[in-house]
Amino acid sequence: MSKTETLADTQPDKGGPAQPLLIVRNLQKYFPVRGGIFGGKKAVVQAVDGVSFEVKKGETLGIVGESGCGKSTTARLLIGLLDKDKGEIIYDGQDLGGTLSLRELRRGVQMVFQDSYASLNPRLTIEASIAFGARIQGLSDPVGRARKLMERVGLAPDRFAQRYPHEVSGGQRQRINIARALAMSPRLVVLDEAVSALDKSVEAQVLNLLADLRREFGLTYIFISHDLNVVRYISDRILVMYLGEVVEIAPVDDIWTSQAHPYTRSLFSAMPSMDPDNRTKEPPLAGDPPNPINPPSGCRFHTRCRFSEDVCKAKVPLLHPLTAGSDHLAACHLHDISSGHSKAGKDVFE
Amino acid sequence: MTENLVDIRNLNVRFSGARTVHAINDLTLTLKQGETMALLGESGSGKSVTLKTLLRLLPPKRSHIDGNIVVNGVDVLTLSGKKLQAYRGEEVSMVFQEPGLALDPVYTVGDQIAESVMRHKGVRKDEALSTALDMLRRVRIPSPERRLHNYPHELSGGMLQRVMIALALACRPRLLLADEPTTALDATVQIQILLLLRDLQKEFGMGVIFVTHDIGVAVEVSERIAVMYAGQIVEEGTTREIIKDPRHPYTRGLLAANLHDAARGARLNAIPGAPPPLDTRPDACSFAPRCPLAEPQCLAALPPVHSPNDRRRVACIHPNAPILAE
Repeated sequence: MSKTETLADTQPDKGGPAQPLLIVRNLQKYFPVRGGIFGGKKAVVQAVDGVSFEVKKGETLGIVGESGCGKSTTARLLIGLLDKDKGEIIYDGQDLGGTLSLRELRRGVQMVFQDSYASLNPRLTIEASIAFGARIQGLSDPVGRARKLMERVGLAPDRFAQRYPHEVSGGQRQRINIARALAMSPRLVVLDEAVSALDKSVEAQVLNLLADLRREFGLTYIFISHDLNVVRYISDRILVMYLGEVVEIAPVDDIWTSQAHPYTRSLFSAMPSMDPDNRTKEPPLAGDPPNPINPPSGCRFHTRCRFSEDVCKAKVPLLHPLTAGSDHLAACHLHDISSGHSKAGKDVFE
Repeated sequence: MTENLVDIRNLNVRFSGARTVHAINDLTLTLKQGETMALLGESGSGKSVTLKTLLRLLPPKRSHIDGNIVVNGVDVLTLSGKKLQAYRGEEVSMVFQEPGLALDPVYTVGDQIAESVMRHKGVRKDEALSTALDMLRRVRIPSPERRLHNYPHELSGGMLQRVMIALALACRPRLLLADEPTTALDATVQIQILLLLRDLQKEFGMGVIFVTHDIGVAVEVSERIAVMYAGQIVEEGTTREIIKDPRHPYTRGLLAANLHDAARGARLNAIPGAPPPLDTRPDACSFAPRCPLAEPQCLAALPPVHSPNDRRRVACIHPNAPILAE
C-alpha cells in the first residue's frame, strides 16, 4: 500500500506549515446540574474554563490531569461532540462555526475513545464500522479503504472483516477504532485515554502502531492520558490541566526536568517510584481534588498548595511564559514577579 | 523458620459453564507473618481469582477448586457455616477496587464498621462505634467524628477507600487481601493510599497480599513480588530481585512496557500477541507463543521451575539467559 493511495482524500494544507493546525482560545464549557430534593437548586460544573492552546502541524500534544480536570470535555469540544459555551476553535486557520462547518472539521479531526467496545456499533461488522464514516462523507471506495487500513493496523482483512466487535480482544478493538479514525484521512487525531484500558503488554504494541502511523501519514496527535510515562513517551509538548484550567504547558524535556507549577510538581512526585531502594516517603498532596462545582477562588489550586498566600485566593494567575519568549508557560503567581506573592521569582522547590 | 501465614499448595481453579476456564493452574505460594507480597499480572492472569479463593468468595456451583490452602493453621477449603463466617473478617479481610460498590449506600460508614466489629467481637453498639471512630482516625480521615455519621455518597473516592481499609482492619485480621485498591483513584490520591497501607501494615503487623497490574504500585507497597501469567506464577522473588534482575521473559517484557525508562520516540520492545484463552489446562509453557527465547521444548512440556535460592523461582528453561539487547 503506498502512502499517496491512502492519503488521496486528505484535505489540502490551507494555512501553510507555519499556521498551527489547531488554535483554541478561551474555550469554556459549563454543565448545569440540578441539586436539592425537588431539582430546584441549580449548580454549575465549570468543566472547562478559559482554556487556550495551540497544536502545531505534525506535533503531538499530551494532555494530563486528574479526573474532573476537564481533559475529556476539552477533547469532546474539539471535535464538536459538545457545543462550546464560549471561545474559538480554529482549525488550520478556519474558525469553527464561521468559515468552517462541523462536517468539514470532522473530516480533518477524528477521535479514538478509551472504551473500545462502547465506541463501536455492536451490529456492524468491523469492515462496515471502518467504512461507515468514509461512506457518509462520500469518499471513494470506502470498503477498499477499510480493508487496507485493517491490514495497516495489523488485522488481517480476510480473518477479521466480517467479525463483530464482541468477537475480538480489547487490543484488537482499539486497532479497529484507530483504523476507523484514519478512514477519514484526518490530519489531527484526538486520542482520549486510548490505551488506558489495555494491558501493559498490549498497550506497548498499540503505542508502536500509533508512532508508525503518525510518521507514515504525517498525523498530528492530541494524546490525553493520566499515565505520565505514556504521555512523556509519545508527546512533544505536555499540557497540564487542573479543575478546568490549564496550569502549565511546556516541551516534554523541560517539564520532565523542571516543573514550574506546584500542582505539576505534585503530580509528577505522585508517580510511583520504580526503585525499591528509594520508595516514595511522603505523599506530595493531601486529600482529593476539589469538586469542579464551585471551584476555589483565585488560583484553583490554592486549597492544596503549600505556597499559597492571600494573593492566590484573591487573584486568578494567568498563563504566561516563564521567561520572555520561552515556550514553557505556567499559571502561577510564583512565576510572576509583579504578582505580589512573597516568594515570586524565587526558586521555591528546595 | 517462622511458620507461614499463608500456604497455598498446588491450587487449581476451573470454572465451568458456557465455556470452561482454567483460571488457576497448579499455583503454589507462601506468605510469612507480617509480609507484604504483590501479585502482579495482567487481566485474566488469575490474580483476583487467587484472592477470591483465599476468601472462599467464588460461586460454589460453577467453580471447581482443588489443592490445599492453609491460612494461619486453618484449612480454608474445608471451612463452612459459622467457621467460614468467623474466618472472613476476623482472620482475613479484603479491600476491593471500587469502594463505592463495596460499601452499602443506605448505612453510615460508622454503622458499617461497627456492624462488623459487633459481629466478630460480640461487643455492644456504643463500644463498636468507638472502635469505628478509632479506625477512622488510624486511616487518617480528617474530622473523623463527623465522618462517622456520613453516608458513602458524601465521601470522595480517596475517603471511601480509607473507610474500606478501616472496615477491613477493624477486627485486626492476620491477613489483608487488597484487590487493585488504588486503580480507580487519581494519581495524587493513589500515592496517599499506598503509603497509608504501608504504614498500617507496619503498625498492625498483618500479612498483605496486594493484587495489581502496575509494577510501580507493587514497588511502593511490597517486599516480595510474584508475577502471574495464565493462572500460574512464572517468577517470584523480592521486589529488588524482580525489578533489578528479572529472569522470566514475561517479567522483562512487563518492565519494558512500563515505559519508565523508555527513550522518547524509540520503538518499544513490545511483547507480541495476547495471553492464551484458558479453555484447556496448559501442558506447555503458556508464554512460549509470545516469547522471544522460545524453543521447541517450550511447547512440548511445562517449563522446569528453577530456584536459585529459597524463595526465588523462575518457571523458564532460560533462567540465566542474558538480558536481550533491544
